[in-house]
Amino acid sequence: MTGSATGLLLRFNLRRDRLMLLWWVLGAVLLYWSQAVSVEGLYPTQAEFDKAAASMGDNVAFVAMAGPARALNTVGGQVAWQASAFGAIVAGLLSMLLVGRHTRAEEESGRDELVRAGAVGRRAPVAAAGLTVLVANVLLGGLVAASLVGYGLAVAGSVSLGLAAALAGLVFGSVALVAAQLTDGTRAMYGITGVVIGASYVLRAVGDVGNGALSWASPIGWGQAMHAFSGERWWPALLSVTAVAVLLAVALWLFDRRDIGSGLMAARPGPARAGPRLRGSLGLAWRQQRASVAGWAAGLFFTGLAYGAIGDDVEDLLGDSQFAQDVFVQGGGTVVDSFYAVAVVILALMASGFAVASALRPRGEEDAGRVEGLLATGLTRRRWAATCLAVTTAGTVAVVSAAGLGLGLGYQLVTGDGSAVARLFGATLPYVAPVLLLATLTWLAYGLSPRWAGFGWVALAFCVVVSFFGELLQLPDWVVDLSPFSHLALVPAEPLAWGPLLALLAVTTTLGVAGTGALERRDLH
Amino acid sequence: MDTVIEISGLVKRFGTTTALDGLDLDVRRGEVHGFLGPNGAGKSTTIRVLLGLLHADGGTARLLGADPWHDAAELHRRLAYVPGEVNLWPNLTGGETIDLLGALRGGLDDTRRAELLERFELDPTKKGRSYSKGNRQKVALVAALAADVELLLLDEPTSGLDPLMETVFQQCIDDFRGEGRSVLLSSHILAEVEQLCDRVSIIRAGRTVESGTLSELRHLTRTSVSAELGTPPTGLDRLDGVHDLVVEGNRAVFEVESERLGDALAALGRFGIRSLSSQPPTLEALFLRHYGDRLTQEPVQPVGPVG
Repeated sequence: MTGSATGLLLRFNLRRDRLMLLWWVLGAVLLYWSQAVSVEGLYPTQAEFDKAAASMGDNVAFVAMAGPARALNTVGGQVAWQASAFGAIVAGLLSMLLVGRHTRAEEESGRDELVRAGAVGRRAPVAAAGLTVLVANVLLGGLVAASLVGYGLAVAGSVSLGLAAALAGLVFGSVALVAAQLTDGTRAMYGITGVVIGASYVLRAVGDVGNGALSWASPIGWGQAMHAFSGERWWPALLSVTAVAVLLAVALWLFDRRDIGSGLMAARPGPARAGPRLRGSLGLAWRQQRASVAGWAAGLFFTGLAYGAIGDDVEDLLGDSQFAQDVFVQGGGTVVDSFYAVAVVILALMASGFAVASALRPRGEEDAGRVEGLLATGLTRRRWAATCLAVTTAGTVAVVSAAGLGLGLGYQLVTGDGSAVARLFGATLPYVAPVLLLATLTWLAYGLSPRWAGFGWVALAFCVVVSFFGELLQLPDWVVDLSPFSHLALVPAEPLAWGPLLALLAVTTTLGVAGTGALERRDLH
Repeated sequence: MDTVIEISGLVKRFGTTTALDGLDLDVRRGEVHGFLGPNGAGKSTTIRVLLGLLHADGGTARLLGADPWHDAAELHRRLAYVPGEVNLWPNLTGGETIDLLGALRGGLDDTRRAELLERFELDPTKKGRSYSKGNRQKVALVAALAADVELLLLDEPTSGLDPLMETVFQQCIDDFRGEGRSVLLSSHILAEVEQLCDRVSIIRAGRTVESGTLSELRHLTRTSVSAELGTPPTGLDRLDGVHDLVVEGNRAVFEVESERLGDALAALGRFGIRSLSSQPPTLEALFLRHYGDRLTQEPVQPVGPVG
């Protein structure tokens, strides 16, 4: 039997994944449920809700970010609009991680051999990985639907949203399973799947803004085409089911044609000697991160391009609605400038994802046991720290610059305004300071103890909450001021202020030096 | 005598567990020093203290006449290290890794590098992730042996090598010592230690229990004797230092503490020796004498997070 022991492996997988599943599913449920809670009661009268809905739905940027605007003057419609695209991404990432964990990571570590040496069918580990993804998505979709029904929303719409999320997870999980057969490393597999998820998001963004055709090429678009809470239709689900069936068949076909432990894309031999650029700590740190820098820079360039391409339409779209005035006109400039000042903050927060991850790379190296060999050479801890921080800094500058460049270019392409690149790039660049501050804060936590390094993500989440929901939650000023993103002038709506910028850079430097000092004093493993 | 490693009373705690509990170790210039102990005895912890990766909580450690914590990087240019569990960068080739580690140590000998690659039959063009355990160890060994250093710290460096490569390794270490350089070799392969080491230290639960040349240590343990005699022997059980005596007719089998061997042979002589075989203590017997009792008496106590 090629599938014997599948059930046993499935139970074993779920036993290993239970905590991870719990947090991810809770996070997904919260994503949907919190939208319902935050919309409910925001508008005192239906008339105000209608007005706000109209201006939101006409906003190209919002449509590009969330999805096609339907029934936005209902709570259900708002939940579907604001949560469905991100819910699909969450389900997709969860499925990708599950597939990676139970296929390539197991093969890479050699644990897979141990399992396969038992009375285990040849296809059983793959089947068990697939079933684990199925269980996870059924759980995720089911609980999302149940939580919305529990909140009091219509059953059909709730089920439609849950089903759409689960199906998106299954499609991306199947993509991951195909990728797992092609590559011989977990990272490459995550890379391929991540690109597919990202492309799906971008395709539907472009499609939703345009005539909608491209949205049909995106698994996220299929879910949104089910029109939850606005006249549900169920047949787009068949697209997802078909895609899953085809992808699974391809994955199994590929699996049967490769050796365990290798990918179909054969590992090519590499250079027998190190090039001159690799012969040092800086070269190594750059080599470890260059792909990630390039990926993030490209991603943020295109995101910036999308924001920039909204151009001057912002003014027409937002009109004079009170909502728009409240949200965007915080500074003193025009609506357009205010919109771009907010867009710059959003891009900077995205870039922080790179910065924190990059600052955490040394911890990954330490966990993997590669630091002891490195520091058993003539390399001092201080120099090692300095080179890691240098790559993080250079990478952050590159990623933030790419976002600013995209933003300016997009705007210039649409409006023909030749000065836009310099103006919007100039508005984005100062955000290197708060982004780097998060990186060096992460570095300080890592320097003190690798166990605390994850604090960097907490700090980033805090900044996101303050930036987006600070006013909504009516947070006290001192809490808002804790976020480094609260201090810069809102360029281009306001003139650039050097004082806060230099202060942020000083704090950033202090944190970096303190983190390196702490690292020099502690035990390394 | 010139000493390259000088450790006395070394203490290292991890939270509430004590990994090193007053450890002593002396390694002299020009010798291969065997470092023996069961899993979790503190061998790797000692080596990590010597590398300046861990900060000792007590005692002193001197490496090549300097402080291993404060002078770490300068010292590391004069030594090379091979860990028991070699972790390579998955996306660098073995050749790139060897060059990188060599460059960080201050350069390596290209001729030697090429020669070592050939002797160990290592393909330097494969990526780190695709090497087997033995090949990962070869990468670290080539990187270490191609460096121009005066001391090697080896932490179970051959646990993944096949017998052929094990021989190559022993030749390389022999050559290395031949040039007046020193090696600290932590190992579980007792044959390897017997073959290579001038002196050994046996540690247990973070403390040194025995240290000296193999013949000195042998002196401390028992020789097994099996004799065929003219008449049934009597009174052997009353001899000092005789253990596990079994008498069957004219035949006597027992173990005797090495310093009492002469007395025992004299006693046997009175019964007319027809044939006699004596087995000198193996390193294994030495080893088991120090922690074999753990198997039967004490419960196993985990010490420290590392072996």
